[in-house]
Amino acid sequence: MPVRPAARGHEHPTAPSTGVWVAVATITMSFAAYTSAMVVRQGTSGDWLHFRLPSILWLNTVLIVASSVALELGRRNHARGGTAAEGGVLTLPGPVSLTTRWIDVTLASGILFLAGQLVAWRQLAGEGLFLATNPSSAFFYVLTALHGLHLLGGLAGLLYVRRRLRRGPAVAAGPALGAGALYWHFMAVLWLYLLTLLVVRL
Amino acid sequence: MSDAVVRPDLDGAAHRDRHAADAAHHGPPTGFWRRHVFSLDHKVIGRQYLDLALVAVTTGMILSWLMRIHLAWPAQAIPGLDKLSPNGAANGVISPEYYLSLMTMHGTIMVFFVLTTAPFAGFGNFILPIQVGAEDMAFPRFNMMSFWVTALAFVVLLASFFVADGPAISGWTAYAPLSAVGKDAGPGLALGQTLWAVSIAIFCVGQLLGSLNFIATTLDLRTKGMTLARLPYSTWAWFITSVIGLIAFSVLLPACILLILDRVAGTSFFIPGGLVLSDRLQPHSGGSPILWQHLFWFFGHPEVYIAILPGFGIVSTILPAMTRKPLLGPRVFIGCLVAIGFLSYMVWGHHMFLSGMNPLSATLFSVPTLIITIPATVTTLLWIGTIYGSRLRFTTASLFCLGFVSVFVSGGLSGFFLAQPSIDTYLHGTYFVVGHFHFVMGVASMFGIFAGTYFWFPKMYGRMMNETLGRWHFWLSFVGVYCIFMPMHWLGLAGNVRRYAAFTDDYMKPMVPLHRFITVAALFTGAVQLLFFINLFWSRRRGAIAPENPWEATSLEWTTASPPVHDNFGGRHPVVHHGPNEYGVAGALGRDYVMQDSPESLPVRA
Repeated sequence: MPVRPAARGHEHPTAPSTGVWVAVATITMSFAAYTSAMVVRQGTSGDWLHFRLPSILWLNTVLIVASSVALELGRRNHARGGTAAEGGVLTLPGPVSLTTRWIDVTLASGILFLAGQLVAWRQLAGEGLFLATNPSSAFFYVLTALHGLHLLGGLAGLLYVRRRLRRGPAVAAGPALGAGALYWHFMAVLWLYLLTLLVVRL
Repeated sequence: MSDAVVRPDLDGAAHRDRHAADAAHHGPPTGFWRRHVFSLDHKVIGRQYLDLALVAVTTGMILSWLMRIHLAWPAQAIPGLDKLSPNGAANGVISPEYYLSLMTMHGTIMVFFVLTTAPFAGFGNFILPIQVGAEDMAFPRFNMMSFWVTALAFVVLLASFFVADGPAISGWTAYAPLSAVGKDAGPGLALGQTLWAVSIAIFCVGQLLGSLNFIATTLDLRTKGMTLARLPYSTWAWFITSVIGLIAFSVLLPACILLILDRVAGTSFFIPGGLVLSDRLQPHSGGSPILWQHLFWFFGHPEVYIAILPGFGIVSTILPAMTRKPLLGPRVFIGCLVAIGFLSYMVWGHHMFLSGMNPLSATLFSVPTLIITIPATVTTLLWIGTIYGSRLRFTTASLFCLGFVSVFVSGGLSGFFLAQPSIDTYLHGTYFVVGHFHFVMGVASMFGIFAGTYFWFPKMYGRMMNETLGRWHFWLSFVGVYCIFMPMHWLGLAGNVRRYAAFTDDYMKPMVPLHRFITVAALFTGAVQLLFFINLFWSRRRGAIAPENPWEATSLEWTTASPPVHDNFGGRHPVVHHGPNEYGVAGALGRDYVMQDSPESLPVRA
């Protein structure tokens, strides 16, 4: 067992990422529930309406993947740096301004993604497909809305990380940045999953 | 687990300043709001959860009284009830629909706001961080949110008493389409049912935040030497419970969201087409009512274990301290907890034997239902084996542990019958099921809560509870609950249907005298709880001052002051050398137990 001081979570080296892993498990479970509901609902009755997905979703997908890449670059920049110290592993953070710049890119493309999702809703509504029109459109709105809400949580988390980085000491923000990146990557993967599900089912 | 990160001090003064700021931030808060209301301290939050549960359990119990009085004397007016519900209880006489409202609220309040909050969120919050040797939960802000979100959910639920239509009538399981179609289906199904669904959705969020904290705290904030194998059994139980809760509530939340959409946004997830209610064709089509049942029971059955497993942990923590013997088979016990947690996700279909499911599916759900009785039976045998041959200290806490084992076995045995689809077909709609789940889930969990209260009260409030009052409380409650729930099994076998507001036809009339007996027993047992209330409030102010370790127990909460200081150990970081099970040994200090943080080497077993 490593020696660990009894510390509070946000300062603890592994607690933020444990928390995010638990959140990932929870969110995965809830989307598994939506998926099974979708499969069951489609199989229950013959009223499932197939429709073409709004084309802006592909642009949004590029955006969220790009945001994930940008954040990973920022995280790596932060984790890069010297390692040398007496009595333990010492990690020097890379230039903080570069890290925050990558985070800014992430935030910007995340917000653009959300705006793009709203455009997708409007396109769908323009075709006369609303929440209550058909179970297929209902699931489209529900899944994209919930993914968007979770992504908003990720945006808030990244803003918190960014503030901690700028207020310093930057090295102490490492675990939070790692956890934030983990969550954000999960959001991107979750979107890819949802997109696949929507393409296959709708 | 990664190695500890040694924080470099390269930033020099700035870094030290931040440290100082952190230390100041971690000092006890001084303002009223931060100390008592929006506290980040897990001990305050734990007590808040327990207080919430106390309010909820009183409400739920009064509702059960109203139902019982109505079942025994259907024409009896209850003074004042017409003030609460002019429609539901005109002149104070409960209408059949209002009876269903009371039943729905009783079940919902008890299952969610008592059996989930008290043993799990309440005691878990207060005790778990101390037992693992941490200063607080991993995420204190989430922890605070968890409580206040839960309190909000409770307020939203209670609000449905005061809306025009009254509370929902669809039961705590809220089966669709009844719960989904809205006002055409009957009273309570307009705003009341919406408030129900919103309340439960909010509740899910609160419990998810809580479970996240429990898991991260148990995994990451253990003090030096506190390996998983050395965790006290109560912490093990809360940990497993939070894993179960995490999976369960993350399925109930989507179910509630879809239900709310069906109700307010016109979707058709759970509502089939062609429904005509109140002479109106419902504007829905193609939904699946069975889908709601699957989603609900995927949560609902594990919820039973969320209610009962903390009791397992509490009993397994108290019994060794009271028998002065180590718990028999500690590893087997933990294995059983894990097995129950795992199996709890394979059995949900046994609540749906009557849904018209394929007999093959029914069999597939029946087999794991029978298998899950094996770890449950093994734990029971471990407790009995621990008690066997010991010189049990008959404190109120140990009496409630014995009561827990008793009602768990009584309620568990009737479960064997219900696990068979063919027998369940007959019994499912009857009082047999009511007696079964009240014993095994309701009363057993309640006895676990009582045991935990009498055991940890000295630690939580710094004063002892009155043992004489406690013993009266136990014996009268124990006899009382058997008088209430044992006859229900017989009623069920005789074909007495449940959920009916009154039994007036020729077939069920002969059963009314027994219902009257049950009602009297319920009123009596409820009144007995006054002893508990008196003890609780009197002891808080007047009880004998509690020593640090009144029960001569081994886990870390007994190494700190009663009540513990703000950061639990006063800046000290306890180091753990032993497991929690070192009872009945000749300790170096002349004691028959070795505390977890005691540096003495383990002596030979006495």
